[in-house]
Amino acid sequence: MLDWLQNVGQKGLNVVESLGRSALFFIGVLEGIGVALIRFRLTLREIHSVGVLSLVIIAVSGLFVGMVLGLQGYVNFAKFNAEESLGIFVALSLVRELGPVVTGLLYAGRAGSALTAEIGLMKTTEQLASMEMMAVDPIRRIIAPRFLAGIISMPLLAAIFSAVGILGGYFVGVGLLGVDSGSYWSQMQANVDFSSDIINGVIKSVVFGIACNWIALYEGYDAIPTAEGVSRATTKTVVRSALAILALDFVLTALMFSDI
Amino acid sequence: MTTRFMEIAVGLFVVIGGAALFVLAMSVSNFGSISSKEGYYLTAYFENIGGLKVRSAITVSGVRVGQISDIVFDPERLQAKVTLRVDLRHNYFSSDTAASIYTAGLLGEQYIALEPGAEDDTLSNGDEIEFTQSAVVLEEIISKFISNASSG
Repeated sequence: MLDWLQNVGQKGLNVVESLGRSALFFIGVLEGIGVALIRFRLTLREIHSVGVLSLVIIAVSGLFVGMVLGLQGYVNFAKFNAEESLGIFVALSLVRELGPVVTGLLYAGRAGSALTAEIGLMKTTEQLASMEMMAVDPIRRIIAPRFLAGIISMPLLAAIFSAVGILGGYFVGVGLLGVDSGSYWSQMQANVDFSSDIINGVIKSVVFGIACNWIALYEGYDAIPTAEGVSRATTKTVVRSALAILALDFVLTALMFSDI
Repeated sequence: MTTRFMEIAVGLFVVIGGAALFVLAMSVSNFGSISSKEGYYLTAYFENIGGLKVRSAITVSGVRVGQISDIVFDPERLQAKVTLRVDLRHNYFSSDTAASIYTAGLLGEQYIALEPGAEDDTLSNGDEIEFTQSAVVLEEIISKFISNASSG
């Protein structure tokens, strides 16, 4: 009984300790962002690896998600002769929810896991420690540019996802199923509001970008410096990013769209 | 050379992302249609606005000419005061124009239809539309129909 109690207390303390460490890490990264802005070439290289290289998977997924929305929307709207509403349905679900969320999940799998593995391996091979030996702060030199790159890339990727998805819905709805092209676009324009839908979608994707990169970089930086530790950290990154994105999405949706 | 290639790729990525945002703003949302056109404001009082909402459409002969900008209840006249924002290029409505609240389709959204009259004077910013017809409430019609049927 006493052992069990001690165990619970130990676990609880560990959780709180790692929360505290990740918060301190986050503050350190925020302080390093200034340096990342000045030495923008470092950030540029990271935008290439997390943003440009994620472009294909984001665009292809966006296309298919949009096509599925077009098909499902058409089948269900056709039951009560409301096919003209297909444009609103596709655009609002992509811009408000699916764009930021699915982009975040794909980003966590495609770029977040790679970041964790990279940082974790740097730690395992003592590259981070040797940087500190040379009086180079690894948080400023390695972590901050990656963090900034992720925050820049995420809203762009989400916007591309939504735009491609709306085109995918257009191909299926208008091209294959015969919804009127004019009503697809005009209904969409009449019902999608710039400030409350598009801007809120961008805010969501920025928040998801911060959460994803924070988790990925912290898990890598905090990984146990062994092969097994790095692999476990990579798994944790994907799982925790996905949970964080879905939970944050609920909170943000409740804040942004509850009055509509 | 590889650095140059990478920089070009990042530049292209930012351009594509910006273009996607631009497309979302201009052709998916109402951003393009709001900011580009100036409008003038008219007021109209209704007994009952039904399901009319801010940003609902204003049409003439089915053509959209503006949108509702504000709906408040006027405590002095005990009526709903609706502010209409009409695009500036449609400034030719006569002073005896009538405003009616209709429903698009059986279950669709409600909108205001304007019917121009015969006067030479035209409405300008701040004027009131005097001839109004309230929204039709389905329950009222049904209850009238039932009371007619039971008495007759």
